Amino acid sequence: MGQIEWAMWANEQALASGLILVMGGIVATAGQFTKWYFGAYSIGAGVFVCLLEYPRGKRRKGSTMERCGQKYMTRVVKVFGPLTRNYYVRAFLHLALSVPAGFLLATILGTACLAIASCIYLLAAFRGEQWVPIEPKPKERPQVGGTIKQPPSNPPPRPPAEARKKPSEGEAAGAAGVSGGPQENPVPVIDEVV
Amino acid sequence: MGNWIENEGLSIFVVLVWLGLNVFLFIKFYDVYNHKPRYMYSQKLLGFALPLARAPAACLNFNCMLILLPVCRNLLSFLRGSSACCSTRIRRQLDRNLTFHKMVAWMIALHTAIHTIAHLFNVEWCVNARVNSSDNLSVALSNLEDKPGETYLNFARAKIPNPEGGLYVAVTRLAGITGIVITLCLILIITSSTKTIRRSYFEVFWYTHHLFVIFFIGLAIHGAEKIVRGQTAESLKVHNPEICGKDPSAWGKPEGCPIPQFSGNPPMTWKWIVAPMFLYLCERLVRFWRSQQKVVITKVVTHPFKTIELQMKKKGFKMEVGQYIFVKCPKVSRLEWHPFTLTSAPEEDFFSIHIRIVGDWTEGLFNACGCDKQEFQDAWKLPKIAVDGPFGTASEDVFSYEVVMLVGAGIGVTPFASILKSVWYKYCNNATNLRLKKIYFYWLCRDTHAFEWFADLLQLLETQMQERNNAGFLSYNIYLTGWDESQADHFAVHHDEEKDVITGLKQKTLYGRPNWDNEFKTIAGQHPNTRIGVFLCGPEALAETLSKQCISNSESGPRGVHFIFNKENF
Repeated sequence: MGQIEWAMWANEQALASGLILVMGGIVATAGQFTKWYFGAYSIGAGVFVCLLEYPRGKRRKGSTMERCGQKYMTRVVKVFGPLTRNYYVRAFLHLALSVPAGFLLATILGTACLAIASCIYLLAAFRGEQWVPIEPKPKERPQVGGTIKQPPSNPPPRPPAEARKKPSEGEAAGAAGVSGGPQENPVPVIDEVV
Repeated sequence: MGNWIENEGLSIFVVLVWLGLNVFLFIKFYDVYNHKPRYMYSQKLLGFALPLARAPAACLNFNCMLILLPVCRNLLSFLRGSSACCSTRIRRQLDRNLTFHKMVAWMIALHTAIHTIAHLFNVEWCVNARVNSSDNLSVALSNLEDKPGETYLNFARAKIPNPEGGLYVAVTRLAGITGIVITLCLILIITSSTKTIRRSYFEVFWYTHHLFVIFFIGLAIHGAEKIVRGQTAESLKVHNPEICGKDPSAWGKPEGCPIPQFSGNPPMTWKWIVAPMFLYLCERLVRFWRSQQKVVITKVVTHPFKTIELQMKKKGFKMEVGQYIFVKCPKVSRLEWHPFTLTSAPEEDFFSIHIRIVGDWTEGLFNACGCDKQEFQDAWKLPKIAVDGPFGTASEDVFSYEVVMLVGAGIGVTPFASILKSVWYKYCNNATNLRLKKIYFYWLCRDTHAFEWFADLLQLLETQMQERNNAGFLSYNIYLTGWDESQADHFAVHHDEEKDVITGLKQKTLYGRPNWDNEFKTIAGQHPNTRIGVFLCGPEALAETLSKQCISNSESGPRGVHFIFNKENF
């Protein structure tokens, strides 16, 4: 499976684990089970994992579908630099986070899922994958007038065609001659282009 | 206002019936465990968590039975074929099998969540009752079977307090172990089935999905230990829970009630799932048997831009237009089956598929067929191929309409290659009995790369139609959606030439996306009072657009123009 980016699957799995941790934690806390504070921890850990995993990383090949509204979290996750870029760090972080939730039956499923996500991240890290943020490409503003080397030599308003006839035809061109050089307009021109 | 019922009615009906059955089962079983005298003591011990766990369990039985059926493709093909007498509408329903499969999967996930949460409460309360940190009645009920001659109600037999007690129950009871294992399998299946993973890393999806085998086996034995307990009928005759429950300390004593006896409910799930499991097993056996049949690659053609065409022959292979097959190449991977649409017409003596090289398996196939080598390859060097199918798709119905609109986006044009070729053959054979009178073909493409192999076919058709003086039979529109500034100049300059600068075809390439509203209205105007089939193979967004257009441009009432939308998907 040479071309698979394991991090993509690890990401889905970790996100799901976060949600399961939150659900299990709510059950334990709301039901006031024995040692329910593990459940409270689980909610916190679950929310953290969800936030960390929500922004999808950029795929190496092809285009990546962003999750709805992920750009806000992308900025936050990017700030941590190598801590979030490196998948070894993520793998061990997830493994560590999953351990305390293993003490309660309500949250043990979250532990198992997060541990699996951790293993897949480890595999991804081993294969040299990295989390790269998806950033919007800066829109290239078209250079106005960039390709215009010389301004037009006969800008409007132009006098009627007879007045524009070439000097070789020997007609009275008047002050509106077209023998090169800027046009002298009979009426002052106000440039209205903003 | 369009005729929404025409397009969606039967699907909505099926979904409503399915949802209705789910709701019915939920309420029915909730009620049984809430009110039946047999479960009165169970309810005292477990509270609302007992019926709340049993109700989704019933729904799970129902949905796990259903989930295997939409993927029995051979069965569905058989039903499609045999329902040739039935209307196109029924057959269109069978094309939505994958959508149904996904809906049922989500329902299973939902019910699993409710079931698990309810059982978490169950376990917590049972263990608490066992270690005496609960009310008198619960404690008394939990102590049953401590003495010989008693039958237990509380499945937590060891006196270990929470939370270790709960964990202990989960790993020592069959229901606990199987529950955790199959829920994990379900979660892994779901996370590897998301669109990103499915479209880009098909192998991960394919292999992980096979965890369903463990899921079903675990599901079948999940209830084997019979820990859902209720009072036995004989015990109910002599021990009335309402009266005797008031004084548990007097049980077994001469002045009080006799000790209540309990029995476990036998597992029910296997009764629901055994038939679909058998059907699916048959399905895979059919696939295996088919894979053993000899398939010969007669020709391999490399097309530009990472597309190859495989032409094959297999004894007894019969296909219809636009069907797809599953292909396995043991040399590349011994286990993987990949789906491809057939691009040849039924009238040809071979069948072909066009494959884009995008992933591991396709790249492996590319190399195995010797496409990376320049020199001519001997036939015996070509790899062995196994083929399963062909399986029916919506495209088969093309010929039952008078007028059709075919829309293919990018590589989604492949089923239409088959249709157009078949059209050509039928025309050649002078089939004036052909019901199909007019085809509007739209090909949306990002760039010119994909044109190559398809342009030849269109050129052929163009010539053919001109020779037969029926240039109007096929009206095709090619839309180049990925043009840029530099190309635009080129197009503008060559606009007036006779043949199109990109394709060499007489009909010009158009740029940007089609204005569907215009297209539909024009076609509706040209063909009043007809049923027009709209066939799409392309992305979801386009499907939404076309679906809406079909609905809004169809007239209500049986007379008038009707657009029927058919979508092809894997």
